[in-house]
Amino acid sequence: MSEILVKNKKSNSLLNSEPIVKYRDITKSYGDAHILKGINLDIHPGEKIAVIGPSGSGKTTIIRMLMTLEEPTSGDILVNGTNLWKMDKNGSSVRANEKHLRDVRGDIGMVFQHFNLFPHMTILENCMSAPIHVKKENKEEVRERAAMMLKRVGLGDKLDYYPSQLSGGQKQRVAMARALVMRPKIMLFDEVTSALDPELVGEVLEVIRDIAINDEMAMVLVTHEMDFALDVADKVLFLDQGVIAEQGTASEVLEHSTNERLQSFLHRFRKA
Amino acid sequence: MSSNFQWDTFAEAFPYVLQGLGMTVGLTFACFGFALIFGFIWILLRRLPLKSLVWISTWVMEFIRSTPPLVQLFFIYYAWPVIPVVGVTLEPFTCAVLGIGIHYSTYIGEIYRSGIDSVDKGQWEASTALNFSTIDKWKRIIIPQAIPPTIPMLGNYFIIMFKEVPLASTIGVGGILFMANSYGSLHFAYLEPLTIVGIIFFILSYPSSILIKKLEVKMNTRFDKNAILSKSKKKSIQGMNLEGSDHIV
Repeated sequence: MSEILVKNKKSNSLLNSEPIVKYRDITKSYGDAHILKGINLDIHPGEKIAVIGPSGSGKTTIIRMLMTLEEPTSGDILVNGTNLWKMDKNGSSVRANEKHLRDVRGDIGMVFQHFNLFPHMTILENCMSAPIHVKKENKEEVRERAAMMLKRVGLGDKLDYYPSQLSGGQKQRVAMARALVMRPKIMLFDEVTSALDPELVGEVLEVIRDIAINDEMAMVLVTHEMDFALDVADKVLFLDQGVIAEQGTASEVLEHSTNERLQSFLHRFRKA
Repeated sequence: MSSNFQWDTFAEAFPYVLQGLGMTVGLTFACFGFALIFGFIWILLRRLPLKSLVWISTWVMEFIRSTPPLVQLFFIYYAWPVIPVVGVTLEPFTCAVLGIGIHYSTYIGEIYRSGIDSVDKGQWEASTALNFSTIDKWKRIIIPQAIPPTIPMLGNYFIIMFKEVPLASTIGVGGILFMANSYGSLHFAYLEPLTIVGIIFFILSYPSSILIKKLEVKMNTRFDKNAILSKSKKKSIQGMNLEGSDHIV
């Protein structure tokens, strides 16, 4: 470990509270390829979860389903007790329509591997657009909040820049500010550092660390940064061959697990 | 018919032919405007969740594109009025706008589609993640990115349509070709008025095509106008596939 960080562990009472998200027997197949084979997972308010595992293990799919970017093949995802992908119609449960998805996913935010900033807007506009047009908030208030958020991620002096004028690390920090301005209760991070030049990874992790320590929201990080996961995560999931093969506190999973596949996965990683 | 080119005939025919210019240009704008709107309708029809409508509109588009605009024009002008129930007799100008406009709307629709397809799928995902409504997604995120790159292509179609508009002279719309023809039949002199038509088309088309080329260059560098990154740095970033790697062509 390069540095020792005082973890801001959530109190037990918080973790004992009702989960904000529940995955129940989630599977996902593309034709004959079974990506996920029965995932059960609870996310509690404020909980920081790191998801690790070999590529193709379905880590990203897990969070993309919660963001409604991919539909589960079977199983249920409950958000605040509401079934995300199914809705009630005349007493029977049917596939959710866009309106239902919109109603349920409002508390969820996501940061992507490739940032996905809107190239035709300045970074301030990137952060203002959704609060104004989706949440119908007051424009001046949003502007202030967005500017503050960009300042928090270290880009307060670049408000009028377009994404194309920024480095990858800066773009990713804007993407985080953009998600944070929406005040989500759950933030999803999809391998947010893997598209970055190595020297830019640190600045992005620093921002995530800051969010993890200071913000109340739950976080799910799909990541390859093991040391970072050990640092900030309350819980680490090791996903392998479509199932959660190991889970526990960061130190249980990353340092004391006896799972052989996890051992060899971590070994390959440490070597690399 | 005089066999030699006469400058005095040229001088006399010029103002006569020029009378049709307003009509030619006006018809071009009308056809283009119609095609811009109708092209959008094709896109909408093809994106509807109704399979049958998608199928029908795809084949109608294919049919329109595979038959000559002149045939369509004649059909609307001569054949449509005699069809029972739906048949209506229309003004030549209206027929021309419908005929040429609908024909080119199928191409314009295709251009829109290429513009929409060129928007990275990450943009859709980001707008879903921010919970934009379907309408806002299109209005604020997709269309503002899809349309600008197509502007040069749309401009090219504007010039192509400008050159196709003389088709309307066959059903009696008084553009410059129509005027040149009528001057020719009045004075038995076709060489000069038709030369004039050629010159007018060249004078208007050529600078427009240069303008569109310039526009194309400008479009390619949009969002970069205040770029602070040096070119080499930008290249290395693109090389790293940081931006929508799946869609770099």
